[in-house]
Amino acid sequence: MDAEVLLLADRFEPAARIARFTAAHPASGGVVSFIGQVRAGDGVEVLELRHYGPLTLPGMEALAARARTRWQVDGLLVIHRTGLMSPGDPIVLVAAAARHRRDAFAAADFLMDHLKSESWFWKRERANGEWCWIEPREADFADLARWG
Amino acid sequence: MAIRLVFLGRLEDAAGAGEREVAVAPTLAAVLAGLEPELASVLSGDRIRLARNGELVAPDAAMRLADGDELAFLPPVSGG
Repeated sequence: MDAEVLLLADRFEPAARIARFTAAHPASGGVVSFIGQVRAGDGVEVLELRHYGPLTLPGMEALAARARTRWQVDGLLVIHRTGLMSPGDPIVLVAAAARHRRDAFAAADFLMDHLKSESWFWKRERANGEWCWIEPREADFADLARWG
Repeated sequence: MAIRLVFLGRLEDAAGAGEREVAVAPTLAAVLAGLEPELASVLSGDRIRLARNGELVAPDAAMRLADGDELAFLPPVSGG
């Protein structure tokens, strides 16, 4: 079992990352991946993600370790952007490789719910020239509660 | 002789900058008392978490501080 957890300040290519991850786990019968991207529309010009160095990456690593103890996975990939992004840019990529698909689906779902509402990121967007911080949505907390 | 304050997310707007150095004060309460009252009130909010030197701590007003400490104020997160 291996886990690659990265915090990136520059744009990345999810397809290339998934291809490499999948090739590295030939014994896994299933690979589930999720890509989050900057939503276009509502006049959004730029999205910025801030983080806090001492907590953010260690928190992501601890999250991957929790997923690993909970499901039978062969590998995990967690990539999260920081900095300035444009609509269509990837923000986050999670992938889970497992012998059987249910573990891979569940681990990826768990990782995403916790990255959204429990990891140390703060998001703001500039729309029509005005910066605005994005507050967490109630739905994000409800998603988190599913995992007990 | 200073304590470094770090303001994450929307707290940066409330503080006017992402970081600020203040004179050493003996406790968290004393640091907050030295700030603009409006900012101190925002930083004392229920949903604001606190990290001291990179580790989460309970925001105890009587917490003793030392020269060179970094206090980070962390509002609710929004990632992914």
